[in-house]
Amino acid sequence: MSKISGLGGRLHSGETSIDFIGKRRRWYALSGLLIIASIAALSLQGLHLGIEFKGGASYTVTKAGSTVAQADTALASAGISNEVIVQKVGNDKIRIQTGSLTSEKSNALQDALASTFAVSIDSIDTQIIGPSWGKEITRKALYGLIGFIAVVMLYLAMAFEPKMAVAAIVAVIHDVFITVGIYALVGFDVTPATVIGFLTILGYSLYDTVVVFDKVRENTRSVTATSKMTYSQAANLAVNQTLVRSANTSIMALLPVGSILFVGAGLLGAGTLKDLSLALFIGLATGAYSSIFIATPLLAVMREREPAMKALAKRVHARGNSQVLATAGAPSEDVTQKRGPRNQPKRKGRK
Amino acid sequence: MSTSNKSVKAAARPGRTLVILALLMLALLASVLISGATAVRLGLDLRGGTSVTLQPRIAPGENGKVTTEAIDQAVSIIRQRVNSLGVAESEVAAQGSGTNRQIIISIPGDTGRRVVELVGQTAELRFRQVLASAPGAASATPADSTATPAAAVTPELNAQFAALDCTKAENLQGTGSDNADSPIIACDRNGGSKYILDKAEVLGRQVSKATAGIDQQGGNAWYVSLVFNDEGTRAFGAITARVTSLPSPQNQVAIVLDGLVVSAPRINEAIPSGNAQITGSFTQVEAQDLANVLKYGALPLAFDRGEVQQVSPTLGADQLNAGLLAGFLGLALVLLYSLLYYRGLGIVSVGSLLVAGALVYLFFLLLGKWIGFTLTLAGIAGAIVAIGITADSFIVYFERIRDEVREGRSLRSAVETGWVRARRTIIVADFVSIIAAVLLYFFAVGGVRGFAFTLGLTTLVDLLVVFAFTKPLTTYLARLNFFSSGHALSGVSPKSLGALSHSTKEA
Repeated sequence: MSKISGLGGRLHSGETSIDFIGKRRRWYALSGLLIIASIAALSLQGLHLGIEFKGGASYTVTKAGSTVAQADTALASAGISNEVIVQKVGNDKIRIQTGSLTSEKSNALQDALASTFAVSIDSIDTQIIGPSWGKEITRKALYGLIGFIAVVMLYLAMAFEPKMAVAAIVAVIHDVFITVGIYALVGFDVTPATVIGFLTILGYSLYDTVVVFDKVRENTRSVTATSKMTYSQAANLAVNQTLVRSANTSIMALLPVGSILFVGAGLLGAGTLKDLSLALFIGLATGAYSSIFIATPLLAVMREREPAMKALAKRVHARGNSQVLATAGAPSEDVTQKRGPRNQPKRKGRK
Repeated sequence: MSTSNKSVKAAARPGRTLVILALLMLALLASVLISGATAVRLGLDLRGGTSVTLQPRIAPGENGKVTTEAIDQAVSIIRQRVNSLGVAESEVAAQGSGTNRQIIISIPGDTGRRVVELVGQTAELRFRQVLASAPGAASATPADSTATPAAAVTPELNAQFAALDCTKAENLQGTGSDNADSPIIACDRNGGSKYILDKAEVLGRQVSKATAGIDQQGGNAWYVSLVFNDEGTRAFGAITARVTSLPSPQNQVAIVLDGLVVSAPRINEAIPSGNAQITGSFTQVEAQDLANVLKYGALPLAFDRGEVQQVSPTLGADQLNAGLLAGFLGLALVLLYSLLYYRGLGIVSVGSLLVAGALVYLFFLLLGKWIGFTLTLAGIAGAIVAIGITADSFIVYFERIRDEVREGRSLRSAVETGWVRARRTIIVADFVSIIAAVLLYFFAVGGVRGFAFTLGLTTLVDLLVVFAFTKPLTTYLARLNFFSSGHALSGVSPKSLGALSHSTKEA
C-alpha cells in the first residue's frame, strides 16, 4: 500500500517518469499491428452474428433431465433443419436456435418441443427475429456511432481544444477496431447487447481520455511562458501524474463489469448480461491502454508541429535537456506548483 | 491559511449542503410513499411476458409513405385488439421517429402465441351498407329490430347476429380479416350496437382526403368532410343513390375499420360529387378521430414482425436474481477496493455510493409511477456499469487531494483546492457520459434504450452526489484530527504519499 502511494508521489513529482510520448513509435507499432490483425480477422472470419442480426428463432426449454437428443427429435418432427444449433445451457436448459422460420413452422416447432419435453408452450422462452430486423438494428447502431462521434468531437473541441478532440476520437476508433477484431478473432457471438457494450465503450474510453487530457491541459497551459519543458515533456508528466488514477479507475470499472460477466456467464449461461459485460470488459482494457499510449502521444505530436511549440522545444533544448529532467523533480522548479494558484482566480471567473 | 480564503469561503457551509441533500431525499421518499410506488416496475424480461416489435410498411399493392398519423392509427387499432385480451398492464406504444417508427407491444404473463397472431394483421377500412342493427347485447330472438331483413342476409348470418354479444371484450378486438366480398356481422367500436353489414362497396384507399371541421354558422357543430378519388366517387355515388330511399337502418352506410364499425351515418341524399360531409353531435375529439380513421384507411399498413420475445416467469425471475446478484457483487468489490486503497477516505466513497444507490432506487420507484419507467435486464446492467463511473468521480477527487498534499498543503486546504480542480474534470467527463447515454437512447431500439436511460440517470445522480455529498463530507472529515494529523490509515498521510519535505509551505 505505502509502496503504491510512494510510487504515486514519485510519478507526481516527475522523480519516476515513464516515457510514454518519447517511445510512442513503439506503441503506435503495437497498435498498428493489432489493428491490421483486427482487419484481417474481420475480413477473413467476419463477425459471428447472433440471430438478432440475421433473423432466426431461438427457443429455450427449461426442464430437469432434458437432453439434446430430445430436441433433435422435436426438430425432426417439425421438419426443421435450416441453420439449427442445439446447446445444453446450465443443468436444466436446452437452447435451440434456428434460421428464419415462418410463423406456421415456428408454431409447429413450439408444439413439438412442448410435447417432446412435456412442458407447456408458454414455459418455452422464445425469441423470433424477422429477417429485416437486423438491418434496422445495424443501421441504428451505425447512426448512433456517427452521431456520438460528431457530438463528442464538437463538445471536446469546445471544452478543450480541437486537437484534443481529434486525438481523443482517434483513440476511440482505435478501441472499437481492436474490440471488434477480438470478437472476430475469437468468434464471440455479436448480439444487440454486444452493440450496447461497444457503444458504451466509446463513452468510457472518451471519459478516460478526458481525465488525462484535463491534466495535460493544466500542465501545458503556461508551458511557453516558463520555457522549462517542451509540450511533449509536460504532457508526459501529465500522463504519469494521472497514471495512478487511470489504474484505479480501470480497476474500479472492471470490478462491477467483471461481476456481471461472472454472474451472467456462470449463472445464466448466455444472454444480455454476458454479451454486454464481455464487450465492456474487452473494451475497457483497450480504452485504458489507448488513452495513455495513443491519445496523449498523438496530441503531443500534433501540438509539437505548431510554430510556437517548435520554438519552445528549441529554447528548452538550448537550455539543455538533461537539466530539465533534473529540475523537474526539484521542488522549487515544479511547474504545477508555480502555476496552480496563479490560475485559480481565472477559473472562478469563468464559472 | 489566509490566502486560501476564497476556497474556504466557497465551502464554508458543508453542513447546509448535506441538509439540503437530506431534505431532497426525504422529499423523494415522501413522494414514493404518497404515490404508493412500492416496487420498481420490472420489464417483461424480468417478470415474464411477451413482447412483439412490429415494423410497419405499406400493404402490398399500395403506394405511399408510412406517415406518423398512419402509425398512430395503427397503434390505436392494435391497442384495441390487445385490450380485448383483458390482460392488465398491457402496453402498445410507438417508438422511434419519422418513418422509422416501430410499434412495441408488451403483454405480461403467458399469452404468447395468441398475441403474436392477433397484433400483426393489416387493418383495412371499408364502407358497407347497414342491413340490420340492434343494441349490443345478445338477443334471444333473431333479427328483432328488422321486420324484413335484406335479401343478402342468410338465416345463418341472422342467427350469428342474434348470438353476437358486443358487450364482451373479446368481440371488440377486431381482426382485420373481414371478408370484403360477403356480408358480415360487426360490433360498434364501443360495443353499444351490432350490425349486419352488406359486402364492402367503397374501400378505404378510395378516400383521398378527410378533414374535421367546425360549422361556424350551424351552431359551431363539428363535422367530418370526405373527398373520394375517381373510383371512390363512382362507388360512393352508387351506394348513396341506392340506399337513400330505403327504410332505416338500411339507409345507413357503416364505416368499418378492422372489422369494427366506427360510425354508421344515415345517407340523406345521393352524393355523386365525391364530396361528402358527415355531421352529427360530434365533439371535437370525435370528429378528429373519425377524420383520422378515414385518412388512415387511405393507406392500410402491413406489419413485419421485427422481434418476438417470450420470456417465461421462471426465466424472468432467474434473470432478475442474476442481475441483482451481479449488482451487489460489483458494489461490494468496489467498496472493498476503495477501502483497501484509500483507507480512511474510502469511508467517503462507501457513503457516497450508498447514497447514490439509494437515490437511484428512489428515482426508479418514482419514474415507474411518473413516466412508466420499467427496469429491464439491460437497465440493471447500465446501473451496474455506472457504479464504476460513480466511483471514478471519487478517485479523480481523491487523487487531486493527494496531489495537493504531496505539494505540501495542509489537508484542509488540499480538500478545497483539489476540489476546484477535480470539479471541472468530473463535470466534463460526466458530460461525455451523458452525451453517450442520450444518443444511445434516441438512436437505439428496445433493450438498448433501457440501458441508456439508467446509464444517463445514474450519471446525473453521480453529479448530484459528488457535489452535495462527497465534497461536503470530505470537508467535514478533513477537520477531524484523524485525517488532518495524517494518520497512517487516513489515506492522506503526507508521509506515505511522499509529500515534499517543506510541508510548511502554504499556497
